[in-house]
Amino acid sequence: MVLGRRESCGGKLVTVTESGGGSSHGAPIIETKGISKQWGSVHALHEVDFAVYPGEVVGIVGDNGAGKSTLINIIAGALHPTTGSIFVDGKEVHFKTPTDSRDAGIETVYQDLALAPDLSIWANLFLGREITKSGPLGWIGWLDRKAMIEQAVKDLDRTQIRISSVNQRVGRLSGGQRQAVAVGRAIAWGSHVVLMDEPTAALGVEQQARVAELIRTVATHGVPVVLISHNLPQVHAVCDRIIVLFRGRIVAEVRPQDASIDEIVSYITGSSTVKAAE
Amino acid sequence: MALAGTKKKPEVGVGVARDEEAKESLFQEFLGRIGQFWTLGVLVALIILFGTIAPDMYTEAAWNSTSSYAVEYLILAVGETFVILTGGIDLAVGATMGFSGMAGALVMSNLLANGANQTEATILGIAMMLVAGMAIGFANGLIITKLKIPPFIVTLGTMTAIMGGTDLLNNGGEVTNLTNFMGSLGSDTFLSGWLNYPVVIALVAAVLASLTLSRTKFGMRTYSIGSNEIAARRSGIHVDRHLIRVYVISGLMSGIAAILITANLSSANATTGTANDNLYAIASVIIGGASLFGGRGTILGTFIGTSIIAVLETGLVLANVAPFWQEVAIGAIIVCAVAIDRIRVKAGTD
Repeated sequence: MVLGRRESCGGKLVTVTESGGGSSHGAPIIETKGISKQWGSVHALHEVDFAVYPGEVVGIVGDNGAGKSTLINIIAGALHPTTGSIFVDGKEVHFKTPTDSRDAGIETVYQDLALAPDLSIWANLFLGREITKSGPLGWIGWLDRKAMIEQAVKDLDRTQIRISSVNQRVGRLSGGQRQAVAVGRAIAWGSHVVLMDEPTAALGVEQQARVAELIRTVATHGVPVVLISHNLPQVHAVCDRIIVLFRGRIVAEVRPQDASIDEIVSYITGSSTVKAAE
Repeated sequence: MALAGTKKKPEVGVGVARDEEAKESLFQEFLGRIGQFWTLGVLVALIILFGTIAPDMYTEAAWNSTSSYAVEYLILAVGETFVILTGGIDLAVGATMGFSGMAGALVMSNLLANGANQTEATILGIAMMLVAGMAIGFANGLIITKLKIPPFIVTLGTMTAIMGGTDLLNNGGEVTNLTNFMGSLGSDTFLSGWLNYPVVIALVAAVLASLTLSRTKFGMRTYSIGSNEIAARRSGIHVDRHLIRVYVISGLMSGIAAILITANLSSANATTGTANDNLYAIASVIIGGASLFGGRGTILGTFIGTSIIAVLETGLVLANVAPFWQEVAIGAIIVCAVAIDRIRVKAGTD
C-alpha cells in the first residue's frame, strides 16, 4: 500500500508536468478559505485565503509574528484553525494531526530537519512508514530492508541528491547532506505539496544555492513547494509568487519580476499598502 | 552509486559525498574500525589472563558458576537495553525481578498447600511472575509518559517501593515450597553438564531481542525515539505507546529472570533483587557500547558487557583476589567504556 502511493505519486507527476509550467493555471492543489487563528484576544491569522497551484514555488514572507508559521502549521495539521476551511484537490479536509496532513500528500521539511542521527539514511526516509515483508514475517513487523534501500536510492536519485551510500548514518553527514536527506524525504512522500520552513537557515552560501536548485527541481517535477524564509534574496530568486503576511493578514501577493526586494521589504514592514498579484 | 541523468549538471547535486566524510586521523580511523569490538577484545583478554593465573578457569565448574551468574544479568540487561536505547533508564529491573519471583513463588506454594497439582501450580506460578513483571513495567511506562516524569526518578521510586513490596508479600521471609518443575529447571543439565536450561533460555531471549531490535519495525522505532524523539513524533510514531511497550518488555525480562533465579536458588528470597542487580544490568549495557542518551547500542554489545562482568566475578575468585576488587574493576571498565565511546563519537567514526 505504501509503495502503491508512491507509484501513484509518480503517475501524478507526469500529468502535472505536462499541464504545469504556468503557475496560477489549473485548479489549486491546496486552498485555504477564510482561515483565522485566535489565541484569546490575539489574532495570529485573519481571514487568510491562500492557494497553491501545480508546479509553482510560493514564498511566504513576513516579519516575526506575522503569522507565517501559524499558517504553515495549520496546513501541516499541527494547529487547528479557529475558523475557515482547507481544501485539497477541491475537497474539504479536516486535519486533526500532522499524520492526517501527511496522508493527504502534504510533506513538511522542518527547520530542525526532524532526522534521527543514529539511523541510516534509508531508515530516516522510511521512518514511520516502514515497508515490511509480506506474509507471516510482516505480521510481526519484519522489515523489508532490501525494498526500502532500493527505493531510497531511487528517491534520492530522482532529486539528484548525491550520497555515496544510503546505508550511512545520518549523524555522519554534513549539514548540507542532512538537509538534502530531509528534502529528499519530503519530495519522495509529498505527492501534493512540500512545505519548507526556513530550509536554508543553517546552511552556508554554497549549500543554500544547492537547496534553491533543489526546490526548483521539485517544482519542475510538478509538486508545488511552499517556502517560508527570511532570506529575501533567495525567495526572490526561487519563487514564482511571493505572499507577504503582515500582522496575520495577506498584505501583498507579488511576482518577483514585478517587485524588487526593497518593495517586498516595504510590505513586510507595513510601510507600503496592499497590492494584489495582477 | 549510479547517477544516471545527473551527468549534465553535477553542480546541482546537494551535498558533496566523499571529501566531507573522510577527515579522520589514523587513530580515529583505527577506533572506528574496531568499533564496538574492543570490548570483545577485553573479554578475550580477561579469559586468557585469568586462565593463565588460575587454570581452573577452564573447568566445567568455573563455566557453570560464570554462566549461571551471567544468566540473570543477561536477561535483565537485555530488557535494560531496550529502555536505554530509547534514552530512558530502568532502575527497577532487579527489584522487579525480586518482586515477581516472590509473588510467583507464593502462588506456587499456596496452590500446592491447598491441594492443587504440580502442573497447575507451575503454570500459574510462572504466569504470575511474568504478569507481575509486565504490570510493573506497564506502570513505569504509564507514569513516565503520561505524567512526564523523567524515567530515572520514576524507576528510582518504583524500585524502592517494589523492594518494600517484596518484603511485605511474605513478611521478609523465604519461600521454599516450590514445584518439582522449578527444581529441575534449575538443576537439570545436558551436554554432559556444560549446559542447562537457564543458559539456553537466556541465549534464546537475547537472540530474539537482537532480531527484534535490528530487523523489525518495532526495533527501528525504538532506536529512532532515542535518537530524536521529536523526529519520531513527527514521523507519526505513537511515541508514548511505544515507550510503554518498551518498559513492559523490560518488566517481562525481569519476570523471566525471576523464573530462572527462583529455579536456580530453589527458593524465592526477599533479598533477591538488590540495587546491585540494577547497576550491573545498566553497566552491562553501557560497557556494551550503548549511549545513555539513547539511539545507540546493540544486544551483542550487551551480551559482551554481561560476559565481562561475569568473567571478572569468577576470575577474581579463582585468582584468589578479594571479591571487593570486582566492583573496582567493573567501575573502571564502565568509565573506560564511556570514555572510549566519547572519543569515537567525537571522531565521528561511529
